[in-house]
This record gives sequence, C-alpha cells and structure tokens, in this order.
Amino acid sequence: MSTSVATQVGFIARRSVRRTFRQPAVLVPTIAFPLFLLAVNASGLDSATNLPGFPGDSYLDFAIVVTFMQGALFAATTAGTELATDIESGFLDRLQLTPLRAVAILVGQLAGAVTVALGGAAVYLAVGLIAGVTIVTGVGGALVLLGLATLIGVAFGSIGAFFAARTGSSQAVQGLFPLLFVTFFLSSINLPRELIEIDWFRTVAGANPVSYLVEGMRSLVITGWDAAALLRGFGVAVAVSIVGFAAAASSLRTRMART
Amino acid sequence: MTAFGQVAVAVARRNLLVTFKNPALILPAAIFPLVFLLAFAGGLSNLANVPGFSFPSGYTSFQFVFVFLQSAAFGGVFTGFAVAADYESGFARRLMLAAPNRTGLIMGYVLAGVGRFAFTASIVTIAGLAAGMQVDGGVVELGGLLVLAVLVNVVATLFGVGLCMRTQSMQSVPFLQIPVFLILFLAPVYVPLDLLDGWIKAVAPYNPATAFLETGRGFISGEPDHVLVAFAAAGAMVALLGFYALRGLRKAEAGG
Amino acid sequence: MSGSNGIVVSGLRREFRGGIKAVQGIDLEVAPGEIYGFLGPNGAGKSTTVLMLTTLLPPTGGSATVAGFDVAGQGAQVRRVIGAALQEAALDNYLTAHEHFELQAGLHGMARKQRRARAVELLERVGLTDAADRKIGGYSGGMRRRLDLALALVHRPRVLFLDEPTTGLDPQSRSALWEEVGRLAGDEGVTVFLTTQYLEEADVLADRVGIIDRGRIVAEGTPNALKAAIGQSSVEAVPADPRDRERLADVLSRFGEPASASPKGVAVRLGGGTEELVDVVRALDAAELSVAGLQVHEPSLDDVFLAKTGRSLEGAGDQPAAEERAAVPA
Ligand SMILES: Nc1ncnc2c1ncn2[C@@H]1O[C@H](COP(=O)(O)OP(=O)(O)O)[C@@H](O)[C@H]1O
Ligand SMILES: [Mg+2]
Repeated sequence: MSTSVATQVGFIARRSVRRTFRQPAVLVPTIAFPLFLLAVNASGLDSATNLPGFPGDSYLDFAIVVTFMQGALFAATTAGTELATDIESGFLDRLQLTPLRAVAILVGQLAGAVTVALGGAAVYLAVGLIAGVTIVTGVGGALVLLGLATLIGVAFGSIGAFFAARTGSSQAVQGLFPLLFVTFFLSSINLPRELIEIDWFRTVAGANPVSYLVEGMRSLVITGWDAAALLRGFGVAVAVSIVGFAAAASSLRTRMART
Repeated sequence: MTAFGQVAVAVARRNLLVTFKNPALILPAAIFPLVFLLAFAGGLSNLANVPGFSFPSGYTSFQFVFVFLQSAAFGGVFTGFAVAADYESGFARRLMLAAPNRTGLIMGYVLAGVGRFAFTASIVTIAGLAAGMQVDGGVVELGGLLVLAVLVNVVATLFGVGLCMRTQSMQSVPFLQIPVFLILFLAPVYVPLDLLDGWIKAVAPYNPATAFLETGRGFISGEPDHVLVAFAAAGAMVALLGFYALRGLRKAEAGG
Repeated sequence: MSGSNGIVVSGLRREFRGGIKAVQGIDLEVAPGEIYGFLGPNGAGKSTTVLMLTTLLPPTGGSATVAGFDVAGQGAQVRRVIGAALQEAALDNYLTAHEHFELQAGLHGMARKQRRARAVELLERVGLTDAADRKIGGYSGGMRRRLDLALALVHRPRVLFLDEPTTGLDPQSRSALWEEVGRLAGDEGVTVFLTTQYLEEADVLADRVGIIDRGRIVAEGTPNALKAAIGQSSVEAVPADPRDRERLADVLSRFGEPASASPKGVAVRLGGGTEELVDVVRALDAAELSVAGLQVHEPSLDDVFLAKTGRSLEGAGDQPAAEERAAVPA
C-alpha cells in the first residue's frame, strides 16, 4: 500500500484546483482584472504606437502578453498562499502523517496553481484574439506562447512556494505580491526597451529578468520566430524555475523534518 | 465637543493608529503610488514625443497629477477595507453600540481617509519634486489641486464606507477596487484627451475623472481649465455618495 | 511489548530553540489495547510529546517506540501503523468530508473503491453521513472533531493518538466521542494515547493516566490507584437546623481533619475511608442531630495534581514551561 509520487502529485493538484474554483470571489477578479487592464491600456496607450521605432501598429498586440505575466503572478500568490495556509493551519501535519513526499506536495501545489494560470492564459488568449490580436507566428506560435506562459507560471509559482515554505506565513506571502508587482513595472512591460528615454530606467529594465520573459512572449506575437528572444525568454523562465524550485524544496524539506 | 465630533475624532484616531502601526498596511500605501510615479513618469516619458502631445510642464508633471489623484482615491479605498475589516473582527459592532452619534462614524472614516492621503500625498510630492517635476502653477492653483484631490479622496472613502457597511465583508474588496480603478483609468491617463484612440476616446469625455485630471494638470501648469466643471462634479459626487454612505449606515444599524 | 501495538517511551526530551524545555525526560509504557490518558494543563508538554510519538517532531533526547518501531529511526513504519487527530483538527474548509477521505485515503495508497467504502463506513460511525457532501466550512466544532477522528482511522491504524480531542466540545459531543474511543479500544484492540486537560475525561475514559506538568510526569497509574494513593474521601453534612452547625462540627471532628465544605455544611476528611460512613451516621443519630443532606466527596484527579504540584489543575496552565525560559533573552 504505497503510492507513487505521480499519484501523490495528482491528489495534491486536484485539491488545489478544487480549492481555487470554490473561491470565486478570489478567482473571478484575478482573471478579470488583467483583461480589464488590457482593455484600458490597449486603448489608452495606443498613441504610443505613433512613436518612431514602435514595433507594429497595435498596442493591443504589444500588451496581450502582460495578461500572461499577471496570470503568472496569480500562480505565485496561489501556490504560496495555499502552502502557507496549510502550514499555519496544521493541514501540512495531516498530510505528513501519510506517506506523502515533500517534493510531491510542492509539485502538486505548483501543478494546481499552474493549471489555473494556464486556464487563465487560455481565456486571455481567446479574448485577445476576439478583440483583434494577431499572432504573426500563427497557431504554432500561439501554442509556444502558452507553453512559455505556463513555464513562467511555474517560475513565479515556485517563488511563491519558496516564500511560503521559508516563512510559513500567508501574510508574508501576501507581501510578495507588491514586490513582484514592482519588478513588473520596472521592465519593458509597457514600452520597448529602446523607447525608454530615461537612462537609468532603461538600465534597470535591461537587468530585470521580467523584460526577457515579456520580450520572449512578445516576439511570438509581433516579430515572428525570433530565436534569440525565445532563447532568452525560455532561458530565464527555466533558470528561475530551477532556482525557485530547488530553494522551495529545500525549505520545505527543512520544515517537514519528520523522522 | 459635540457627540458627533467626539465620535468622528475617536474613530479617525483609532483607524490611523492601526494603519500606521502595521507595516503590512502602510507600506503598500506608500510604495504603490511611488511605483506608479516611477513607471509612468519615468518609464513612459517618451510618450511626450508622440506627435501632437503638448503639455507645457513636461511629462513628469503630467503624470504626477494622475498619481496624486490616484493615491487620493486609493486612500479612500483603503479606508473602505478598514471598515470591512472592522466588521469582520466584530469591532464595528462594538463601535455601533458605543457611539452616541453614529453619523460621526462616517465622518471619522472620512477623516481617516484624509489622514491616509496626507501621508501618501507628501511622499508622492517629495518624489515628484526629487524627480525634477516642473511646477508652473502659483499658490492658489496648487491649493486648488490639493482641494480637488481631497474631494476625490472623500468621494472614494464615502463609496468604500457605503459599500462595506452593506457587505460587512472583506470579500467585497474587489467590488470596491475595480470600479475605482475603472473610473481612474477610463480617462486620459497617459496622453491628453485628444490623443486618445479606440473605445476610451468615446467614454473618457463623460468620465468625471477626466475633468479632475485635466483641471489638476491645468493647475500644475498654471493654466487652469474648466475648473468649475471639475469642482461641481466633485461636489455632486460627495453629496451623492454621502447619501449612499449614510444609507449604508442605516442598513447596518437595522441589520445589527 | 516489542512487536505488539504498545508504546514504550524512555527518557524522551524535546528542547526548542531558545532553551525552552517542553518535554524533560519522560518514561511511560502503554499496553496494546489500552487507553492511556495524558493529563496536564496548557503548556505542560502534551502536544510536544504527541508530535514526537507521531514522528512529526524529532526528539532531542531519549527514545520511543510505537508498535515496536523507533520513532526517530523508523518514521515511515511508525506512520503506517498509527492514526492521529492533532490538536488543531486542521481541515480544509473548501472540501467536503468525502473529499477529505479521498485525499487522505488516496495518499495512504487505498484503491478508489476501497476508499469510498471506508469513507461511508467511518462517516456512518461518527454520525456524519448526512453532512458528508457538505463543505467543512459550515461544520460545527463537534462535527470537525468527529470528522478528524474518522479520518485518523481511515487506514485502520493499530495505535491512535488523540490530542485534546474534546476541548471546546459540548457535553453531548464529548460523550459521543468517548463512547467511540472506548469502542475502538475495547472491540478493535486499538491502543489509544489521548491527551486532555479535563479531569473527568481522564477519569472516565482512560485505563491508565499519566499526569504531566512542565514537561515531567508527576504521577502515573489507574485513576483509582492515583486517587487512593493521595486523597482521602471527605464527608459533608448540612444540618437541618442551622443553629446545630457548631454541634455538628464537634461530632464530625471525631472522624478526621476539617475539609472545605459548602457555606451551610461541615466537612471532614475520613481517615479510615468510606467504610467509616456508617459510623458517622450512627454518631449523628446518637447526638440527635438531624441533617438535611449528607454527601461523600471522593478524591479527584485534581487532588492528585494538587498534591504533586502544589497547584490546582484548573488555572495551572500557560505558565512558562520551565524556569530556564525566563533567562532567555527575547
Ligand atoms: N515550536 C515551538 N517552539 C518553541 N516553544 C514551543 C514550541 N512548541 C511548544 N512550545 C512550548 O513548549 C511548551 C509545551 O507546549 P505543548 O507541548 O504545546 O503543551 P500542551 O500541549 O501540553 O499544552 C510550552 O511552553 C510551549 O510554549
Ligand atoms: Mg497541546
């Protein structure tokens, strides 16, 4: 009577997804808000496309990837808050009395959060396409886009899980949200890096991994198959995922120091 | 002091004390406007080069007014959160029992909202000046900007108080945030009204936030524009939402 | 007791960071099928002990075996044979009772069909059949505890740990839980290690009681033996005519030292045990004293606690675990 890690992951992931869908007051605004921001910015910032050197002529095309970033942010707070709440409430102790492995909790929790984030990404993509987004790389590009978005969800989700495992406090995880939010803004999320006028801002954006995530996804929408941009995007996403996951796993193992 | 005044001062005092003692509450309130100022005034400054863009005092001042009014509105929204939290913790029930004048509760929350805004407004202003924002308006005009912002702050607080006295739950927080965000952003946030495109162009002229922004920007550049419209709109909203908040209080009294 | 379902603890210790000595070397043995009551005030070290015995917290000294497995070295084997309902009864408010079973039984490796059948059986047993498909968020405290107990039993554990299972419950829920625990031990031979702050619970439910205070076991034995070793019964009489109170006290004083009594009554400790009661009645009769009430007070576990620690169990809790703590800078 012993379960494989994959089975354990399945149980934890299913629980996480269930929990999320049973809190519509949390879910609906977090899905709706990025769309709303997209709608507002696509129109409000459209005149930015008149700047010399702006890629393409639709700010909607330029901004659609921002929704995926917000979806990833949601994955981070979901994965983190869920895990921290389990630690605070003692639910983790309950799980620990079963043959569950620490890594299975982590993967399961991330899988749950990323499933929800991927669902959100599909909604964003569908709404974007209906609103007139054109993806120059076509269906294949859209799939790669969803893949990269999912990977970014994993990356941010593992940061959230690391925070949770480390602090064991859902309040601390909530504090992560503004922090990540700030790093979003200090990137090329609103304007291409070349068009950022202020030198230090451009430097910061260039050093900010978020820029490369955004630019990787954006290349699929507006430039075409750009190997360099994709490599940087996937590279950053993979690197953050690995580092985040390793840190989260190590913290969680310490916390779950059962004998 | 009258019972009304006593209650108002007591509620405002407690509310502000709770806020300023809790870093989890006060840090976001201080950091978010700064991030917006940084991201908009800094990151988007190239927008001033969009053909047809003209604002005499430069892009930093242009965005400063938005962030200033935004933090005014969010000072009110955060006060709404506090009301919801008070109801969830059961503290509000105690307040309702103890307060000799319950209308004073609303006034107390309004004062607390103004207090919050005073804090963020100072931070944003210092940051703006440090970033080299150009101020062309005189004392009267800057006073006008401040009064306008306080009115916006009061409007948001009254909305938050009215809503949260009805729902009495933190679950309603999104329903408080989203409309305020909506109104703020369905306006000429990044470029002047005549450069807007798409559906916002159709909505923005009817949005009171557009009037607040344009008038505010007029104040800071020393060229006030349709001041009367902006203040009339703000005054009307204070009256309307004041009524909404008062009805909310009556409903809370009836329910609890 | 090796290989069986018993518990053997020897010199078990746990020190937390900052020098807090929560458990300071305890020895105890629980026989298979026995209900062992671990009685002590808040902060005595009960939960810390349970966490160590359930492998969730490594001991910092001493050793313990559960069902023959070492809690420090054979954690996985221990976990396979134990069930536990920890103090918080941590449940997921957004899941139903059935979903809790699915999760917990699934993680234990039970097949889907088996899971469902076991859940139905256990929910029936704790009286939650009707609420089984409702989310836990709407459950009362008693329902949560019962579900927690049922969940602890899902994989048919041989040893059961219950950390304050009835704290905060109403009297009905409490006695229903007692009944179920008694049945588990009596009919199914499950060994039960149960912590409690309630004298009555230890007295009624436990075969044997260990009294823990500030991380140390201060007394151990069957409830009766503990009480017999410490306390003497006392008898209290209330005179029919209040003016007879003095005379009544005179007569009673022949049988023992005065004891605390209700405002109208007089009480003395019975030096020779309850058999003396007959003599008391005769003496009262001889003195022509008529009484409105006559009561024997048996010694309670509280008397035992009082005798061993100098404090009453009620209100003894939440004191610093040990003097060491005061010396630790915050
Ligand atoms: N994780 C911990 N870190 C530090 N001190 C702890 C920890 N857990 C328990 N303690 C302390 O150890 C003592 C015993 O606690 P506990 O075992 O929970 O007592 P009980 O369950 O009998 O109420 C208490 O003083 C408590 O404050
Ligand atoms: Mg305890």
